[in-house]
Amino acid sequence: MNIFVCIKQVPDTTTRIKLRGDGNGIDEADIQWIVSPHDELAIEEALRLREQQPDSTVTVLSAGPERVTDSLRMAFAMGADSAVRLDLPGDADSGMNARALAAAIGKLGPADIVFTGKEAIDDGAAAVGQTLAAMLDMPCVTVVNGIDYGDGAITCRRDVGGGSIEVIETTLPAVVAAQVGLNEPRYATALNIIRAKKKPIDTLSAGELGVTEANRKTRLKNFELPPPKQPCQIIEGTPADQAKELIRVLAEDVQVI
Amino acid sequence: MKILIIAEHNNGQLSEATRELFGLPLGQAERHAVVAGEGVEPLAAPLGQLGAAKVHLIDSPTLAGSTGESLAQALGQFIPQLAPDIVLAAHTPQGKDLAPRLAIALDAALATDCVQVSCADDHVTARRPVYAGKATAEVEFTDDSLKVITVRPRTAKPPGPDATRTAEVATIAVELPEQKTALKEIIASDNARPDVTEAAIVVTGGRSLGSSENFSIIEAFADSIGAAVGSSRAAVDAGYRPYRDQVGQTGKVVSPQVYIACGVSGAIQHLAGMRTSKHIVAINTDPDAPIFQLADYGIVGDLFDVVPALTDAAKNQNGND
Ligand SMILES: Cc1cc2nc3c(=O)[nH]c(=O)nc-3n(C[C@H](O)[C@H](O)[C@H](O)COP(=O)(O)OP(=O)(O)OC[C@H]3O[C@@H](n4cnc5c(N)ncnc54)[C@H](O)[C@@H]3O)c2cc1C
Ligand SMILES: Nc1ncnc2c1ncn2[C@@H]1O[C@H](COP(=O)(O)O)[C@@H](O)[C@H]1O
Repeated sequence: MNIFVCIKQVPDTTTRIKLRGDGNGIDEADIQWIVSPHDELAIEEALRLREQQPDSTVTVLSAGPERVTDSLRMAFAMGADSAVRLDLPGDADSGMNARALAAAIGKLGPADIVFTGKEAIDDGAAAVGQTLAAMLDMPCVTVVNGIDYGDGAITCRRDVGGGSIEVIETTLPAVVAAQVGLNEPRYATALNIIRAKKKPIDTLSAGELGVTEANRKTRLKNFELPPPKQPCQIIEGTPADQAKELIRVLAEDVQVI
Repeated sequence: MKILIIAEHNNGQLSEATRELFGLPLGQAERHAVVAGEGVEPLAAPLGQLGAAKVHLIDSPTLAGSTGESLAQALGQFIPQLAPDIVLAAHTPQGKDLAPRLAIALDAALATDCVQVSCADDHVTARRPVYAGKATAEVEFTDDSLKVITVRPRTAKPPGPDATRTAEVATIAVELPEQKTALKEIIASDNARPDVTEAAIVVTGGRSLGSSENFSIIEAFADSIGAAVGSSRAAVDAGYRPYRDQVGQTGKVVSPQVYIACGVSGAIQHLAGMRTSKHIVAINTDPDAPIFQLADYGIVGDLFDVVPALTDAAKNQNGND
């Protein structure tokens, strides 16, 4: 099978975000970059599928500037067969990213299955999987936490909130967006991390992918950090007093109960 | 300006997240609603009472067990006929599947998970959180294409229904091609409480609860105030709670009116899931726990004393109503 995985490089959750002087983005200087957590599940699922299906290859794609090669190396270290960087600006919108990914899959495919994460933790847009699928005219199943592989079709368990699960059957090729629970991503060993440094990473330019600024429909601007928090109001007293006061706050000040 | 609200429904009821969309400050814009499914006609009246000027019904048995694919096809056929300027949907599992497909089908601009949407003088402004709520940014639309916007649940308060209002009703026919995806089964949750993403109040317990049995004090308090029960990842990993309750970077992102964290330290990955809550309450024995830096109200104390006292106080309060 021809298996594709789309991974996004994002700032580590623990990184402090500083805004750029013009307020139209973040200062990337001291950012610690990681593979978005759900995308690690996508890589893992692709590797497990390859193990089940002889003669399969796993190709990992990431759209972004030069820095994303580090994330592609992480995918190599986990076990991917090849990795391609799609040279787009870091602030490309989800439509541009999806367009580049669809074009790359068109060039390198045909794909039998494409894995993405359910959402990237930087923009939390949950948009690229479905957008990519629509562009490739493929079905897409999102928030997937279990897959049964059949012949030319798969059956997915989908987490639709509140603990309810939808069981969806879809024909292949398809795009599948991974949710926690799908698998436990493996750790890359130190040896494999070193080996991955020597692996070749191909690049496709925006021009080769047919993506230009004219495809941009949105841009993020006027970033704001949350207003400084008022200091926490500590409620004192015995547990009974504290409880009474908090319930009063919820009923009278916040008016939620 | 013409706005189309995609109405989501379950078991014959409009979803709360849909009702909230009518509470957004949309100014003088002409508000339409579309509702697709089987037997959706009875939803026209409540949509009118919420403020829809016109309700478009796409009634088809093929949309009964619909997936994002079929809904997007149905709406993709209808929307060009109406030619709205903006399409609004809730950022729910259904809205997340629908909006990107619609945006591609209609060559529209897409902005998802917005936490502020307003319209004035034929201009729409939208803001969305970025970096797990560490910042927000305004979405600039670079051209005047149609805009498809999904709105995070609990962004606006739903208006009270106005029984004197009625909407004009139109019936729309669509032709659906054969589907590649099929909904085989829905395994309903046994969760009798509201989902953490939809509740006005979330009461979350952490590792410090120590066992799944001890979570009954969290449940009792949640039930006394109509709240959902949330969990930290540590409590999920320890097997005290199911994954569906997990709040955080690898769990759910919630934005309730009030978030009450009981025995939760406030690790950055937990904050990533609840930072945009309107009011945050922390109950923790450790006055230096990081959660207090984000909390509006704090109780330094043992949750095994404080939480049962809260349940009692809430019950007394209910008794006084
Ligand atoms: C990649 C990654 C993703 C993650 N995703 C998530 C996620 O989605 N959600 C999540 O929650 N975490 C996530 N985590 C884990 C996170 O880092 C923390 O480990 C976790 O949130 C801690 O849970 P806790 O607050 O319940 O436990 P602890 O950190 O152990 O805190 C327990 C707290 O309870 C207090 N306490 C103890 N006894 C009492 C008592 N009797 N009364 C009152 N207070 C008491 C203590 O003072 C302490 O503050 C993730 C971590 C990683 C690395
Ligand atoms: N720039 C990108 N390069 C590769 N994959 C991406 C990119 N952006 C998003 N994706 C994929 O699409 C998923 C959803 O991303 P998003 O729509 O940004 O929340 C991610 O988990 C990735 O699998």
